[in-house]
Amino acid sequence: MPSIGWWIGFLIASGMLGIGVIVVYILLTRGQGIFGLSHPYGWAFDITNFVFWIGIGHAGTLISAILFLLRQRWRTSINRSAEAMTIFAVMTALIFPLLHTGRQWVAYWLVPLPNDRLLWVNFRSPLLWDVFAVSTYFTISLLFWYTGLVPDFASMRDKAKNFLRKKIYGALSLGWTGSMRDWTHYEKAYLLFAGMSTALVLSVHTVVSYDFATSIIPGWHTTIFPPYFVAGAIFSGFAMVVTLLVFMRTAFKLEHYITIRHMELMNKIILLTGMLVGYAYLTEFFIAWYSENPFERYVFMNRLTGPFSWAFYIMFFCNVAVPQIFWFKKARTSIPIMFVVSILVNIGMWFERFNIIVSSLHRDFLPTNWDNFVPTIYDFGWTIGAFGLFLTLFLLFVRVFPTVSIAEIKHTLPKPADSSKEGVHG
Amino acid sequence: MAKHPALIGVYSDPDVLLEAADGARQKGWKHLDAYTPYPIHGLDKALGIGHSWVPWVTLAMGLGGALGGFTLEYWVHVIEWPMNVGGKPLNSWPAFFPVMFESGVLIGGISTFIAMWAACKLPTSKPVIHDERFTDDKFGLLIPLDGVSPADAEAYLKSSGAEEVKHV
Repeated sequence: MPSIGWWIGFLIASGMLGIGVIVVYILLTRGQGIFGLSHPYGWAFDITNFVFWIGIGHAGTLISAILFLLRQRWRTSINRSAEAMTIFAVMTALIFPLLHTGRQWVAYWLVPLPNDRLLWVNFRSPLLWDVFAVSTYFTISLLFWYTGLVPDFASMRDKAKNFLRKKIYGALSLGWTGSMRDWTHYEKAYLLFAGMSTALVLSVHTVVSYDFATSIIPGWHTTIFPPYFVAGAIFSGFAMVVTLLVFMRTAFKLEHYITIRHMELMNKIILLTGMLVGYAYLTEFFIAWYSENPFERYVFMNRLTGPFSWAFYIMFFCNVAVPQIFWFKKARTSIPIMFVVSILVNIGMWFERFNIIVSSLHRDFLPTNWDNFVPTIYDFGWTIGAFGLFLTLFLLFVRVFPTVSIAEIKHTLPKPADSSKEGVHG
Repeated sequence: MAKHPALIGVYSDPDVLLEAADGARQKGWKHLDAYTPYPIHGLDKALGIGHSWVPWVTLAMGLGGALGGFTLEYWVHVIEWPMNVGGKPLNSWPAFFPVMFESGVLIGGISTFIAMWAACKLPTSKPVIHDERFTDDKFGLLIPLDGVSPADAEAYLKSSGAEEVKHV
């Protein structure tokens, strides 16, 4: 049952969402000029937030799909909330490019539809690849999540005492009875979804990185971007899972299901991906120096010493230095430490995207164009609003849906039938 | 299965159910089914259930989706609206690959979802729920009574360790 903490959290989250709604209203009535965007930085907070939120979603898919394929049983306690996080993060992410287009009411032009003027979308553009990648990712994640929920809905339907609940969960469970004949199809489909999601988790952020990597802007035109973006996405996503689970396990007394061991394993992944990201930063600097390209070299010197160097140092400290504390078991298993680290990692990863976008754009090839980006209150407002939307949806989810996969947890409880046989379930 | 009269045995232990299912199949009884809160591996074989055909749908529709994506791109950029960009070939297939891949996964995934529920004959608004504990902590073995005498089936279920036997 929701505690007072849930209500406080919900009020704060919906308040933040309210700020976002006001900003969106002003944006729709007044136009794009309310943001601090200008020449040469046509992208700033909007794309930073888009890439950030898409990245957050990745840990959910990684936990639910890749760990499922790798037969990691520890995922069962956390996969449901991680998948929910994916759905809500991708929904939040989608708002940014849609609102950033300027004329939001014609956003459907992004879809390849025949039209009167015989104009088509440009399939060679990475921005269109994004439309396909993100919408596929969202659809498949949603189907995967819902498929996982059906047996749990059936369980809740059969346990419900209240008539209305029985009807609602009955409808959501689609009439699932737990027949072994159905389970055979279900399990195959679930495995296929896991396979498809795994391919997507690697492809989506790769495609997002193409938005930058296929351009000729120094600091973006880099072949390391696809793996670097994927590692960063998993890094920030896991940090967000840790942040949310720290709250959830105490608020809903799930300490027996989401144990310190689960948290520790996630912290190990944060440590690993943090080092991958740190390696990518250093590689970028090395290549800038090694390429002897003066523009590339300048951009990286500008990141270290220019007007946005503070963003670089925040990023480097939070993403590379802070996770190193997880070398110590005491830190990996301490709830307060992991909570602080996970928050700092998320701050660092937000600044990583900001750093890539703004520090590369604000000084382009022509020095007369150079200018400094100054965010307006509306830039901050819709960033706060995005966090509000995500947290509101997540809090509603933990209130009405089974936050721990009931069917899968039963499978890992003592004396599973298949302990000696070939097992597929995580 | 539920349209015909059947007997259902209720078990608490999945291992016992697995053995009971195996024994029933060896007796030559057909159309057996089991109800479990989570999938039990090896139970499909024990009951004589064949492989699922869902993966074939995924494969066919996934490939179809990818081919469809490529066809759309080719038609748009080569036939319907050819544009020379920087002297690059009209059929610049490497640039078409991301959309091709995503269309394949999208169509494959949606078809898998539809095929899975079609295979389970779901959704239905009137599911036949033999026992509400089967989605919680009990396991059921269903023996349809076509060609099997109720007395035989009942005796078998009791001897195999069923805690209770119900007529459904």
